[in-house]
Amino acid sequence: MGAYHQPADETQLAELIRSAGAARTGLEVIGQGSRRHLGRFTEVESVLDVSALSGVLVYEPEELVLSARAATPLAEIQTLLAAKGQHLAFEPPDLGPLWGAPAGRGTLAGAISVGLGGSRRMSAGAPRDHFLGFRAVNGFGEAFAGGGRVVKNVTGFDLPKLLAGAYGTLGVLTEVTLKVLPAPEDTRTLALLAQQDETGLALLRKALSGAVPVTGAAHLPAEVLARFEALPRALVGASATLLRLEGPRAATSAYAAALRVALETPTTPLVELEQQPSLALWRQISDARCYAGSAQPLWRLSIPPLHAATLGAALRAAGAQQLYYDWGGGLLWLEGPAGEDGGASTIRSLLKTHAGQGHATLVRATSAVRANTEPFEPQPAALQALGERVRAQFDPLGILNPQRMYGRAA
Amino acid sequence: MLMPDTDPGLIARRGDIVAALRRIVPGEGVIHAPSELRAYECDALTAYTTQPLAVVLPQTVPHVAAIMAYCSSLGLKVVPRGAGTSLSGGALPLGDGIVLGLGKFNRILDIDYENRCVVTQPGVTNLAISQAVEARGFYYAPDPSSQVACSIGGNVAENSGGIHCLKYGMTTNNLLGCELVLTSGEIVRLGGKAMDPGGLDLLGIVTGSEGLLGVVTEVTVRILQRPQTQRALLLGFPTVRAGSVCVAAIIGAGIIPAGMEMMDKVSIHATEAFVAAGYPLDVEALLIVEVDGLPAEVDVLIERIEAIARASGACSSRASGSESERLRFWAGRRAAFPAIGRLAADYYCVDGTIPRRALPEMVEYMAKLSEHYQLRVANVFHAGDGNLHPLICYDANIPGGLEKAEAFGADILKRCVEVGGVLTGEHGVGVEKRDLMEVQFTQTDLDQQQRLKCAFDAEGLLNPGKVFPKLCRCAELGRVHVHAGQTRFPDLLRL
Repeated sequence: MGAYHQPADETQLAELIRSAGAARTGLEVIGQGSRRHLGRFTEVESVLDVSALSGVLVYEPEELVLSARAATPLAEIQTLLAAKGQHLAFEPPDLGPLWGAPAGRGTLAGAISVGLGGSRRMSAGAPRDHFLGFRAVNGFGEAFAGGGRVVKNVTGFDLPKLLAGAYGTLGVLTEVTLKVLPAPEDTRTLALLAQQDETGLALLRKALSGAVPVTGAAHLPAEVLARFEALPRALVGASATLLRLEGPRAATSAYAAALRVALETPTTPLVELEQQPSLALWRQISDARCYAGSAQPLWRLSIPPLHAATLGAALRAAGAQQLYYDWGGGLLWLEGPAGEDGGASTIRSLLKTHAGQGHATLVRATSAVRANTEPFEPQPAALQALGERVRAQFDPLGILNPQRMYGRAA
Repeated sequence: MLMPDTDPGLIARRGDIVAALRRIVPGEGVIHAPSELRAYECDALTAYTTQPLAVVLPQTVPHVAAIMAYCSSLGLKVVPRGAGTSLSGGALPLGDGIVLGLGKFNRILDIDYENRCVVTQPGVTNLAISQAVEARGFYYAPDPSSQVACSIGGNVAENSGGIHCLKYGMTTNNLLGCELVLTSGEIVRLGGKAMDPGGLDLLGIVTGSEGLLGVVTEVTVRILQRPQTQRALLLGFPTVRAGSVCVAAIIGAGIIPAGMEMMDKVSIHATEAFVAAGYPLDVEALLIVEVDGLPAEVDVLIERIEAIARASGACSSRASGSESERLRFWAGRRAAFPAIGRLAADYYCVDGTIPRRALPEMVEYMAKLSEHYQLRVANVFHAGDGNLHPLICYDANIPGGLEKAEAFGADILKRCVEVGGVLTGEHGVGVEKRDLMEVQFTQTDLDQQQRLKCAFDAEGLLNPGKVFPKLCRCAELGRVHVHAGQTRFPDLLRL
């Protein structure tokens, strides 16, 4: 009971999982624990700490491919890539500070296992879209591989897609191969000021339907911006509708000019932010950093973008606070209204009414609220049953992060 | 090609089966006359043919669900089929099974510009989606070369790519949702118009599953605004190696072109003779590099790529100055397959992916194989992503001709895996590469994939005989593993 395992390699890891299976002991799989509070609240007897499985194995910038052991610190990888002018295009959000942890922690496999992309998810995809291959150990204690080490591959089932975002419930990743991409030479932001949610979001949709490549599209009301650090003076005191433009240095100002023409907003007050303020701003948007230091229940809603403003208004009327929009309206972050369930029933019912499709995830809450609330949107019965059948084919005894996503309440 | 044993009992009940299917799909929706079945006996991998028991062409989702439930009750195998353009035999029928054709699911259901997506039935062609939204400047990005004919449902099944997937991704990166009918007849919706599906990414696993997991009855895809400008560069090189160095240098310089294609000397000459695209004939390798976006970006990138090409030893370089010139650059590449088809009675198209750096070595190896097998090979590559398409010329009328070409292809694919690549980049495993799967995967890897199929299709009725070299029963796959005389998880089967 309460055992803490720290395998040194894949062989030891497989052995540990086999023993846990024989003893029917659930394992909480962690790397650095920076995303430990995401997902369902479960009490698991033993901890499987894979942090020793660390280190970059292969990095070939010209192949756009990087392979590393699962628990390699994300920061180490980002530094390595930056030295070659590359990056992880899915912009993994650094959520640790939301639970009071320092920024910059977390492992590669952790970022993939929660499946979250940042502001660039809209144009560049989520971890799933960059996850080429892996080695892992399943709940049978068998080491297996999926995917490959090249960017174009349709050989067999695309298991990396399934393991990305599976919260470690299908297998414990030991090695990960990712597609990496050139980092943009320059980043610039066009900020339209003092727009209401509805007009701001309509401008974002218009921009995203145009020919200028936009890689970030967020609308931040004034009260949210007030919580931002190092906010450019021009953005103080009003809402900001933000469009991120990335590309060669010679092109980004042309993008901005073309976008201003396309938006047909000659009288709208606007400012252009250059590289440094842009990077600082979008980092905070991707990381939902404005919610650090608060204990309010924090929600993340993924919806069809058209309905964002209507849903946002309804949520505010129901008591939601500090709400902002990313992905051109496809993503809403907000602090939930009071209530034993952190606002779950209100938020989910409004989402259904106003957006029709999508889902709401409880990212952060007190343990009391977490004990009462499904963090992930409940699924239709047939879909959930299918998901559970899939899980049973990887981990029939339910020992890997048991019930972290769905299943019987703990 | 060894296919699963046929069940004579089912074949004997053909009449009953046809009658039962007619009760679900009335009228001409059930085909069983041998002369009419001939149209369905193969897909675009024409080397293999089998007549199915019957072909059923449902018109509604409830039809599909009822057909699946009926087949499940009878233990009848089902081969789903879109437009039948698979190059790997994904839609090859089974003698004791039915073909479920989605050709009548041919309507676009919802064009949603505000959410930048299209909801469509699976039988709609890839190109028809782009055409439906082109008036507003949009398109659907994945562009397999069969896009005029191939269906979007088939694209989902095969995770189809295309020339521009280097920058815009494959089907899986452009898909938002689908509706899936399981063998049980249950209908599930995966994803939708929102960007992230909640829960496990089942949409991701269904994409590219080659019809083994379910029947896709509705598809939601993302649409993009067409780039304002597209320009292409035509670059000639004295060696394939120099061309490969150039490809690596372009990517190394932080440029991801919209497309980057290479042709070898045989392909250059064959296409030039066929369509007179104006390709240089005194080079060993030709690169077509396309960039797109706003003119400001495109012009900068063209200049940079020209400089890189010069530094990599290009002996000729031409940038398209007009749209018609750009299209002419592509005309040869687009006609490569038929052009090479004129060199021999038949050709066999191979599809493997390698790390880009291995390209020169791979080309030398293919030259050796060509000598060994005494068969000519022409090469077109999606050079940007290392996806090879060697076209092996042979004559099917010479006894053993096909077998020799297949052996040549298998040698190429084995080497692809040896140099760190994979068996298929975009055409799928199907029946064609099925027996090579053990070259790339261990039995444990394959067992895990097959167990996944069990979660969707416990009876193994959907497209059996494809993708996996050994058919395993789900009960066997879940069975206790015995190691060193000890039984692991002794009560697993009772769970």
